[in-house]
Amino acid sequence: MAKTQNGFRGERRANTIITIIFSVIAVAYLYPIFVVLLNSLKTNASINTSTFAFPNSDTFMGFQNYVKGMTFGNYPFLKSVEYSFTITILSAALILVCTSMAAWYISRVGSLVCKIAYYLFVFSMVVPFQMVMFTLSKTADTLKLNTPLTIPVIYLGFGAGLAVFMFSGFVKSIPLEIEEAAAIDGCGPIRTFFTVVMPMLKPTLISVGVLEIMWVWNDYLLPYLVLDINEYRTIPIHIQYLRGSYGSVDMGATMALILMSIIPVIIFYLSCQKYIIKGVAAGAVKG
Amino acid sequence: MKARRVKPDGAALNSSLIRRPIQRCFWLFLLPTFASFCIGFLYPFLKGLFLSFCKFKTTSHWKWIGLGNYATIFRDASFLHAFWYTALFAVISLVIINVLAFAVAYALTRGMKSSNIFRTVFFMPNLIGGIVLGYIWLMIFDGILIHYNTAVKLQTEYGFWGLVILMCWQQIGYMMIIYIAGLQAVPEDMLEAAKIDGASGWKTLWHITIPNVMPSITICTFLTLTNSFKLFDQNLALTNGSPFVTQADGSVIKTTEMLALNIVNSNTSNTRGPGQAKAVVFFILVAAIGLLQLSANRKKEVQQ
Repeated sequence: MAKTQNGFRGERRANTIITIIFSVIAVAYLYPIFVVLLNSLKTNASINTSTFAFPNSDTFMGFQNYVKGMTFGNYPFLKSVEYSFTITILSAALILVCTSMAAWYISRVGSLVCKIAYYLFVFSMVVPFQMVMFTLSKTADTLKLNTPLTIPVIYLGFGAGLAVFMFSGFVKSIPLEIEEAAAIDGCGPIRTFFTVVMPMLKPTLISVGVLEIMWVWNDYLLPYLVLDINEYRTIPIHIQYLRGSYGSVDMGATMALILMSIIPVIIFYLSCQKYIIKGVAAGAVKG
Repeated sequence: MKARRVKPDGAALNSSLIRRPIQRCFWLFLLPTFASFCIGFLYPFLKGLFLSFCKFKTTSHWKWIGLGNYATIFRDASFLHAFWYTALFAVISLVIINVLAFAVAYALTRGMKSSNIFRTVFFMPNLIGGIVLGYIWLMIFDGILIHYNTAVKLQTEYGFWGLVILMCWQQIGYMMIIYIAGLQAVPEDMLEAAKIDGASGWKTLWHITIPNVMPSITICTFLTLTNSFKLFDQNLALTNGSPFVTQADGSVIKTTEMLALNIVNSNTSNTRGPGQAKAVVFFILVAAIGLLQLSANRKKEVQQ
């Protein structure tokens, strides 16, 4: 008895030690983002020479870097924010609606065409973007899919594989009797899908939605190759353009932009953290 | 009309009640996705495969040259360097990321009170895009290295280990989530039995926990491997291949350039044929890893 109690106490002490160690690691983990915040408030010279120092009266810039960042690189930052949001939201919505319908069709009809389509979708999951990038950017140009409002079609095409795969996995587990009952009651396939099947797909809709949002929001190469980047720049393209093309870069303004581009991500993460972690885990296990 | 086959599992039931009406709505359900799929994947893929055997400057003017492009790329020192560099990076980051992620997951599933907060913190870098991550870490590495009068872009080793650190920071949280799910599925009674039998912590870990989380280990191993091979944004932002070394024959090797970046960089107007051939080789590599993973997963399913 005494021994077990000792054991528990030992375990508790070990837990306290681990908690302290992890707290230190967690602070270190967040430190890079904190440094970005610090530097976004400092002068360029002090960012380069004393990156980790707190701003003092000589190096403190207030929000000047943020003001400068707004029009930095002869391109309004807010425009790239707008494009990023437009492309991400439209693409994710289009992918969710279209691929869930396609997955339902494939699972329920089950003809040879469906099987071939399904295996093509699954196959596309292992193909890296570099394989198609050159011909894809030409095709997109020819078909005028090179604007923020039309690029979601490309995202739907290239991202369909994983989404169809995840949806089909779930559709197969839905009992057919529910849809049969709907059909007997005179419900057509379109209404059956949107009022009966889609509500049941909700967990997978969230998982796929999270995966697609994270992919499209952070994607650099696809929009870079497809869009006309003098006119349309998403946030990653904008930041890469600022850093990649000039000899000496305005570090302060860049840091301000980086911080502003991280903030929506952090808000998104903290507000639907549970779904994000679940969605990511589901995508990893299946894909 | 063909005779109806009724499948025993009922998953693809050929019920006229459901199947035929859906089939009539082909244009609404399947067509939009499949048409986009043809535009966004199938056609570019097939055309890309075809063009890798051609000499071309634009996709409409091509000349068939057979395996010429493939012969060129295997003599291309920069491509071979990128391949070995990527392979080395993949192996090293695979080991470090998986060991650390497993250790973190193991510690966080020991019933610690604030483990949820730590999970939130460790996962967060995963959501930040590769380009932004690259520039954050470039600033930090250069901020340290400036005190030694050097910079990340000046030394191959700095670029390599910098990228390893960056990838660890980004991916440990992700792999940790998968390991936590695996660890939580380890049967409680097995752990209890081991405790009653007097097995030490290490022995329990080695003989009970690790065999039970083997599926998670497989998933994470393959994920880190594919992620390393496909790595592009972070590589572009952190070093973009610097430092460059000029060879005796005048060609330039970008010493920290990985495969994906090498392919994108070789897509200039003069080298499009070889660039496309590189992409095909790259695709075969990544697909082979993916197929290995699929078969590993299937084996696991059979065992269960």
